Amino acid sequence: MNMELLTQVLTAYGATGREGNVRAVIERALGAHADSVRTDAMGNLIAVKKGDGTGKRIMLSSHMDHIALVVIDADEHGFLRVCAAGGVPAGKMVAQHVAFGNGEMGVVGADGDAPAELTPAHLYIDIGADSREEALARVPVGEFAVAAPRVARMGEHRLASPAMDDRIACYALLEVFCALEDGMKNEVVAVFSVQEEVGLRGATAAAYSVEPDVGVALDVTATGDVPGAKGHLPMKLGAGAAVKILDRDMIATPWVVDAMLDAAQQAGIPAQREVLPFGGTDAAAIQRSRGGVPSGTISIPCRYVHSAAETVDLRDVQAAIDLTRAFVEREMP
Amino acid sequence: MLLSELTALRGVSGCEDEVRAALRKEAERILGGRGRVFTDTIGNLYACRDAREPGKKRAMVCAHMDEVGFIIRFATEDGLLRFDCVGGVDPRVIASRRVLVGENRVPGVIGFKAVHLMSDEEMKKAPDYSALSIDIGVSTKEEAERLCPPGSYATFDTAFMEMGDGFVMSKALDDRVGCFVLLRVLSESDYPGELCCVFTVQEEVGSRGARVAARRIQPDIALILEGTTANDMGDVPVEKQVARCGGGAVISLMDRSAIMDAQLRALAKQTAARRGIPAQDKRAVAGGTDAGPIHTSCGGVPSLVMAVPCRYIHFPASLCRLSDIDALGALTLALLEEVGKQ
Repeated sequence: MNMELLTQVLTAYGATGREGNVRAVIERALGAHADSVRTDAMGNLIAVKKGDGTGKRIMLSSHMDHIALVVIDADEHGFLRVCAAGGVPAGKMVAQHVAFGNGEMGVVGADGDAPAELTPAHLYIDIGADSREEALARVPVGEFAVAAPRVARMGEHRLASPAMDDRIACYALLEVFCALEDGMKNEVVAVFSVQEEVGLRGATAAAYSVEPDVGVALDVTATGDVPGAKGHLPMKLGAGAAVKILDRDMIATPWVVDAMLDAAQQAGIPAQREVLPFGGTDAAAIQRSRGGVPSGTISIPCRYVHSAAETVDLRDVQAAIDLTRAFVEREMP
Repeated sequence: MLLSELTALRGVSGCEDEVRAALRKEAERILGGRGRVFTDTIGNLYACRDAREPGKKRAMVCAHMDEVGFIIRFATEDGLLRFDCVGGVDPRVIASRRVLVGENRVPGVIGFKAVHLMSDEEMKKAPDYSALSIDIGVSTKEEAERLCPPGSYATFDTAFMEMGDGFVMSKALDDRVGCFVLLRVLSESDYPGELCCVFTVQEEVGSRGARVAARRIQPDIALILEGTTANDMGDVPVEKQVARCGGGAVISLMDRSAIMDAQLRALAKQTAARRGIPAQDKRAVAGGTDAGPIHTSCGGVPSLVMAVPCRYIHFPASLCRLSDIDALGALTLALLEEVGKQ
């Protein structure tokens, strides 16, 4: 694993709807590996590796954005008021250090009289300003704040970072794509998508223009392997790449699931079956595009999803890379 | 066409016929053969003008024709109409309101138990749709359903008036103000590229018309003209206010359905500042708009919502300032001019 590139991908600023910096890092890393690279009107980065003309077109999608708080106003004492872009668990943002796209930094607080069940409306961001004028001059309405980027290595295999969802999969997709050889049967189109966290919006647009025969999202999935975990989630860290059966937005196409599980077994890649009673990935948007596209998701198990401590196991990341590569090399029906 | 004429038309989501017919006539008069006016199967109305210069972006400017209202489910044995809302109408604000039902505009009133007949429990609770009915003054199910068959639409019976220091009061300001401004755009814009003005249907139930229109037009850029909530009254602290009546055109940053294109939003703000057109940021992100399905259509479309701030939106009577309608028109025309230079 290229830890320097991984760190760059994990720490680039990229709130949902403001993915430009991440796109620049990824575009640089793609170098000359693609036959063509383009950015569409929404900001999706689309890299194409042509096949030999006898196979299918496979779209692989990882999203560059992550959840954010958006400034809507400031009070007279200079505290910024915010709303959420994407599913931000307000309680987990309190006391977090946040960064804005323009370089300003802040910390998140909650109204003293807020109820126990916090919503983004109860949050404020303290940027060290003393007045409404100063606050909005430094951070105007419409600026996006994200949990400040950092990476913590924990033990030999584990890594924690606020943007793990879904930069870890952007990194995995880069590894897969840059290792593709010329003259493959299948054409592979890597889409580094925007605005997944607010409703799969980037992938919706990209799926239309890419027009794939098969769609695969690379994303993180929740686990049930921490103390007191609720919901009987079978996924756990260190048990390999997760092959999604279903989530709230998609029932993965059965033959795609079977092909992924078969590819894992044949190549001896650690894999686990994923059933997620909530959430959704870009694959749902691809599956419902045009006249319908067979689609599935390869997931990287992640603890503490949608918090500043999103944690993955690098062995699972490697398994997801290996499985994705094995899948795109298969002959598609 | 006068704003008062536009808001008086009745066009609950799915039944925009009256609004479409009037706008069609007006659009044909404005274009006078210099473009095409047509509708599609879901009911959107298009008024399109060809490009005058090659290489310019195809612009879609849209406003929705539909308004929130009610649909009749059935009549009870004693002739009361049971109904539900179409689009988001808070049942707390509709009891005792006068409505017009069906094509024949049968007058009715939304009935609710009088205060001295309510139990303590009922007093504490706001009524929901199961507790409300429309009384059209007949005594049998047969007569009620003859006059107002199930599936009839009902709208608020609210007269348009100018009031105070430059306000108007009316039903359906959301989004007839947008339609009104869009007619002005159609008539005054010198946009050099292809210009498609689209009056959409079924926005209030999930922007269903806009989804179809975006696929048909496949625009390079989209402007969505709206009536938006103001919430600038009384004791609402400044950070909870969404926009201010009299503050000019509202430039959205995001809503539940779309994050506005950053470049287009910046260009709108610069254009307003440079030309002295009153404009303000929208300081909340509630609600969805036609930008939702448009901006993700085809390969993605840079989109921006701009709006007139309206108080008491989705209520029987809303208020807005005429100066803000002028500002939205001026800003839309100026922004199109800037986009036309690209």
